[in-house]
Formats: sequence, structure tokens, C-alpha cells
Amino acid sequence: MKTFVGIDLGSTTTKAVLLDESCQVLGRGITNSRSNYAIATRIAGEEARVDARFTLCRRALTETGDLGESVGEFLSGFERFFRLEQFVERLDDLEHTCLLPLKGGKLAALEARLNEALTETFARVRREAGELYAPGGKRKSDFFRDIAGARFYAHAEAVSRETAFPYEVLLNSYDKAIIEVENRAPSGALDAKFRRALARLLAEDGSIGGTTAERVRDRIDDSLALELEESYLVGTGYGRVTLPFSKEHIRSEILCHGLGAHLMYPQTRTVLDIGGQDTKGIQVDADGLVTNFQMNDRCAAGCGRYLGYIADEMNMGLHELGPMAMKSERPVRINSTCTVFAGAELRDRLSLGEKREDIVAGLHRAIILRAISIISRSGGVTDEFTFTGGVAKNEAAVRELRKVLKENYGDLTININPESIYTGALGAAEFARRAYSDGARAEGTA
Amino acid sequence: MNTTTTQQKTALRDVHKDASMRKQKAMMAAHYDRLTAAPQTGEKVCSTFVPGNLNELIDCFGLVNNLPEINAIQNGLRRVSGQYVLEAEKIGHSEDVCTYVKSDIGMMAKGNIAPNGQPFPKPDVLLLSYTGCFTFMKWFELLREQYRCETIMLHTPYLGDGTVTPNMIEYMVRQLRDEVIPKLERVSGVKFDIDKLRERLARSAQAEEDLVYVLRSARARPSPIDAYFGGIYYIGPIFGAFRGSEDALEYYRFLRAEVDERIAAGTGPVTPDGDMGVEKYRLVVEGPPNYTNFRQFWKMFYDEGAVVVASSYTKVGGVYDLGFRHDPRKPLETLAEYCLGVYTNRSLPMRIDMLSRYLEEYQADGLLINSIKSCNSFSAGQLLMMREIERRTGKPGAFIESDLVDPRYFSAANIKNRLESYFQMIEQRRSGAAHAA
Repeated sequence: MKTFVGIDLGSTTTKAVLLDESCQVLGRGITNSRSNYAIATRIAGEEARVDARFTLCRRALTETGDLGESVGEFLSGFERFFRLEQFVERLDDLEHTCLLPLKGGKLAALEARLNEALTETFARVRREAGELYAPGGKRKSDFFRDIAGARFYAHAEAVSRETAFPYEVLLNSYDKAIIEVENRAPSGALDAKFRRALARLLAEDGSIGGTTAERVRDRIDDSLALELEESYLVGTGYGRVTLPFSKEHIRSEILCHGLGAHLMYPQTRTVLDIGGQDTKGIQVDADGLVTNFQMNDRCAAGCGRYLGYIADEMNMGLHELGPMAMKSERPVRINSTCTVFAGAELRDRLSLGEKREDIVAGLHRAIILRAISIISRSGGVTDEFTFTGGVAKNEAAVRELRKVLKENYGDLTININPESIYTGALGAAEFARRAYSDGARAEGTA
Repeated sequence: MNTTTTQQKTALRDVHKDASMRKQKAMMAAHYDRLTAAPQTGEKVCSTFVPGNLNELIDCFGLVNNLPEINAIQNGLRRVSGQYVLEAEKIGHSEDVCTYVKSDIGMMAKGNIAPNGQPFPKPDVLLLSYTGCFTFMKWFELLREQYRCETIMLHTPYLGDGTVTPNMIEYMVRQLRDEVIPKLERVSGVKFDIDKLRERLARSAQAEEDLVYVLRSARARPSPIDAYFGGIYYIGPIFGAFRGSEDALEYYRFLRAEVDERIAAGTGPVTPDGDMGVEKYRLVVEGPPNYTNFRQFWKMFYDEGAVVVASSYTKVGGVYDLGFRHDPRKPLETLAEYCLGVYTNRSLPMRIDMLSRYLEEYQADGLLINSIKSCNSFSAGQLLMMREIERRTGKPGAFIESDLVDPRYFSAANIKNRLESYFQMIEQRRSGAAHAA
């Protein structure tokens, strides 16, 4: 089948969306950009194709009705086992890479003991992998680096204690290897991983048996066998210029976000996107065409990185900032729009005895006020308002945004899609679909 | 780059260094030589500004015209303004101050060296035609403090109501007659001769006629000129020290003939990389350009097939395309009218009218504003202007930011990103209806 790929090469993450010919989303994929957009594009693209396989399986199983109401549950199990397969495969790669540099290196004297400690650490991580992907299993994020890193650090510390082997040597070994592993696309055929995952699921889930299991296997086989032809690809985002995309395969992120937001919410007229290093205020018309836009200039204050910096300053995880700010009852006023100065103001406020949650809430308000200033410059706010980008996932930022919009523009419909991080990639995929159909039309008339 | 390409490019540049460009280069070199030789030749020097400059009058007294803004631009183009700006900041001027001023002050602190490598002379008189930019006044206050020379201020009433009244002209003529001319006589030791002024004004009018012809040639498709990046060169003689001179007359004659050739051949503007390719976007630009990365900035346009067909910046030293010409029959009145009409002295509604008119008359795709970080005089109200022009014309606007001569404020990646987005937005709107989602 024909598919249309949109790739959004952001400063923090790279996203891919796969559309089918009727503009339906087949799959989405995301990975961290890791300053290597070529590999990020490959991985995000592959993730989107994996997701597309699940979509195709869902379509096939829903159509036949073999699993009745339990299609969702079945597919969720299928995906968990698939992710586990993927995780274990990359973990093997990571362990292998950790062990490699020792040959003849400076640490040769330590080699035997280090190998032992690494092998034991990886064995422990591997043993609990099943739990990580069990129903309701909690993972730090969806990125291999985050999940593997968190578990490796924890087990390495224990192994180091037990074997009196220096912890930092283990960490050093991991830190070097993870960069290498991250910078190569996962090996191993996807097909085999899908089949192993399906076999494990069917073996574990006793409720599906006999001819039903046969039929389900057939449907899934058909879905996996379907060729996904990459008919057209469009790239957008900061990294687009570093990739060998020709000009007709590149669109500005402004246009992609505008169109993506329109596809998600057709009544959208104003779009606010707060990404890692820029904030965009975009006005679109009834067809999703951009009529005006503004972006932050020369300064990344008020972007996602601002919150990342604050999280570092407070020795917290980025994802912990929002929940902490939500506890605030009396947000403090942060005047500085400069990221670095906001850090200074933060320390000053802490020394004055202000509560951490009140300060963090104030910082969230500061970022939103700056975003609203950019929106105003782009032509103000017109109903409906769609908020996209990584910061749209932060509940405290969303709360402040709602407040500020109500104060300034009254009651509005504010759309925040759970998949909003894919807005730019979705718009790019739709541009790809249109470019392909334009080309086909031109050929037809030629 | 391979040798053949380099040779081709060199050849192109050689081909395009045509008569007008050679003439202008020679005029500028001769002018800087005359200026820096003033202490030896005994010629007196008058510093003044581009908007509202009274070159014909200054020349009547045999004074050599020195234009600090042009010096700052030269420093920007030669990439030395950055160090001068830092020097001025070291002395105590804030980061927000106009960077023309800081480039000038920094240059003075570092030996006051002109582009020809010789030191600038001290001015004998500072002549300020106040035409809407408050910073000019403060700039000359600083220079007066430094040089302790004669200072003359010609006050030009701001066109807040959008009209030039007989009272305004009378007020200005009185200042010219009672203040400006007597002081220039005193400084120069030369008696004012109104016939000399008339001769120069007649030459100005003729050169202005040719300049307008060149600027209006951009109505053609493809436009034979770029009226912003190229336009900056075209306005050089008439906005600088040459209005009213034989040299300026000759320059504009050459230029007009060259433009005629381009129209006949159906070719687009000449760029630093040779002839521009296919014209894809036609823009009107408001605001000054960035000079520290001038070529890089321009390249962002011509690489995308974007040509500027009209701009407000090429009107700061005189708005001629709306009909005004210096009139030798009423010499002092015409100088007053000229000062009143320059772009910087026009109210926001007048600017909106002018830019809207350009968008229609030059069949432009949209309005681009280059907002200058350190120039409140230009920047104030620009966004509101853009909104109103968009509303009137239905054509899209875009807003970018840079600076005149401070290289720290030119963020190439960001500007390129916005420009590309804008060009794609224009493209999308052209074909938009066909793709309504």
C-alpha cells in the first residue's frame, strides 16, 4: 500500500507520521534527536512503520470481528511483547558494546573483573525486563536510553557494592556504549520480532485458542506481509537542512504545524506551539493555510529548554516540574524572561524562603506570558485555539495558558491533542500526500 | 568549488560591474579622498544626516559633506562596525542605543579612520535637519561635545496630520534664511549665492527623474532591479554627498540606460552571484537592511527567487516617486518641502498608504518588515502598520528582526527559517484553494 511520511526533526526529538491514501494516520514514531538527524530519521521512521503494523492488525482484526470486544486488549499485549523483544535486542547490543572496548585498552588489567560486573549488571536488568513490559509496568519514558539507563544505574550500584568494583568505571563503560548504540538503527528483522511477540502472547493468553488463534495468526500474517511503500516523504523542523532532502521534500515547520493542527481540529484558527528551542504563534484559515506567524527571536527564553534548565537547576526531572507546580496555591511572580536570569531569580526566591512549588508555578506562568506575547504579535487569538508541542503535555503550563487566555480573550475552545507532539510531522505527511497526488495528477494530464 | 565554476563566477562579476557601478565606486573614492585631505587643502567640512540633507546648499558654500550614517554603513559592509560598537559600549553607551551612533563613536575612539585608511577631519559645522529621528539630535549633541564646533539645527515639523501646510514651509524657510544660511556663511566665509543653489537644484531634479524611472522599472515582470538590496546602491549618490552634482547626473544616466537594457532583454536584477534566476516572489520591504551580513541576507532572497520590487528604506533620503522634485524656481521652499516629505518624517498612516500603494502598484505578493533592534524610530508601530496593510490589501505580511551594523543581532539561521516559511506561505496561498482540506 502507498504511504506518505512526514518527519519533524526537532531540536529535542524527531517525530515521524505515516499516512495512508485517505489521510488516515497509520503510525507514529518518536526518538530523541541526539544531534544525529540521519539516524534519528531512520529510527523515528521505523517506529512509525512498527506502529503502522499494529494499526493494520487492528483494522484487520476489527474487520473480521474474531476477537469481538477484546481487540484492544489483545493488541496492547501484542505491542508489549513486541516492545520487550525490541528492548532485549538492544540490551544485548548494549552489553556487547560495553564489553568491546576493553580489548587491549587502558582498563585491560581490570578487564576480567569489569566483565564480570557488567555481565552481572546486564543479567539483572534483563531479568526484570519482563516486569517493565508487563501490564501496568512503569517505564521512565519510551526511549531505550532512559529505560535502560535508569535500570543499569540502579543495578550497577548494587553490583559495585557487592563486588567492591568501582561504580564510576561501570558508569563510564555504559556512558560510552550507549552513545554508540543510540547512533545505530536497531538491527534484526522486524518481522521476526512481531512473530516472536505473537507466539509469546498466544502461548500466555489461554483464552484464544483453536481456530480463532489460527484466524488471528492469518490476519496478522496478512497485515505484516502488506508492503508499505514509501510513496513520498516530507521533512520539516530544525534538522531538515542537514538531511539530504531535496527542496521539494522540505516544508517549513510553520506550515506543517498549521496544517497538522488543522487536521487534528478543523476549526482551529490560532496555533501555539512551544517546542524545545522555539515558540511559534501561527494563524490559519479555514483550510489550514497559514495567514500569519511569529516566532521567538534570538532568544530561547519561554521555550521548552527553559523548563529543562529550571529542572536541572532544581535537580529535578523535567516531567516532575508540572506536577510540582500544580501543588502551588500562591505562585510567585517571576519577571525575568531570560532563562539564565530566571535561574538566578529562582535561587534568590529559594533563599528568601519561598516554596518550591510556588516558584515553579511562577516560572510556568512566565513561559506562558512570553508565548502569549508572541501570539499577540502574530495577530492575537481567534477561536478555536490549539496548543501543541512538548510543553502542551505539561499540566501546569496548560493551566496557566487557560488562565491567561481567559483573562485576555474570554471563553475559547482550547484543543490539546494527546498526540500533539506529532503535529508538525502530521502536517508534513499531509504535504507529502498532496505532493504525491499533485505529481500523479500532473502525470495523468501530461 | 571547482575551477570552472570559480572562473564563471568571476567572469559574471566582471561582466556585471557595469558603467554605473564603476562610476559610483570612483565617486565614493574621490569623495573620501577629498574629505580626508581637507586639513591639507583647507576645505571646510560639514557633517550632516541623510534624511533631510541639504547637499545643494552645503555645496554652495564649498563645504565638504560628511555623513556619519554613511560612514557607519561603510563600517558595517566592511565588517568593522562590530569592534566599534563594542568600543562605544566600553565607553559607556548602552546595548540598546542606535548602532549607527555607536559605530561612529567607537570609530572616533579608535582613530576615526575613513574607508581610504586616512583619518576623518574634524567637522567645522554640524548641520542637523531634524526629520523625525530623535536619535540624530542626541548623536549630534555627542559630536558637539567632542568637537565643540558650530551646530545648526533646522527643525522640520513632523507630518502628524499627513499634510504639508504653507505655514510649515514658511516656518522652515524662515529658519533657512535667518539661521542656517547666515551660520553657513560664517563658517565657510563664502557669501550665499542663490543662483548657485538654483543650478544645483536643477541638476538634482534631473537626477531624481532618472532615479524614479529606475525605481519604477520594478513594476515590470520580471523586475529588472532589486529595489531594496540593489536599491541601496541606486540611492547612494542622491542620498549621499552628490545630489546636485554633475557626477550624480552622469551616474543616473548610466543607470537608467542599463536598466533599459535589462528591460529590453527581459532579465531580472543583478546580484553578487550574477543574474538572478526565475522571479518567484515579489516583495515590498519596510525598514532598513542589515549591513554586517548584507550579502548573506540578500542571498537568502535571490536563492529563493525573491525580488524586492519596492521598499520604504530607499525613500529615507527623499520620497521622489510620489511626485516631488527639487524646484529651482523656489529654492528655499523646495528644500523645506523636501525635508518635510522624507520617509522618516511621515506619519504612520502616510507610511501605511505608501506601502499599500506599493503592494498594488508593483503587483507584490506581500510585505516583509525587517525590524531593527536598535532603531525605535523605525520600529515603533511597525506591527500595527503590517496588520493594517494586510487588512487593506489582503496580502500576507511577515516580520523579521536584525540590526543595522551590530553583527551580534544578525541570526542567520533564524532569519532564513522565517524567510523560507514566508515564501512557502505565499506559495501555499497561491495554490491554497485547490487544496482546501
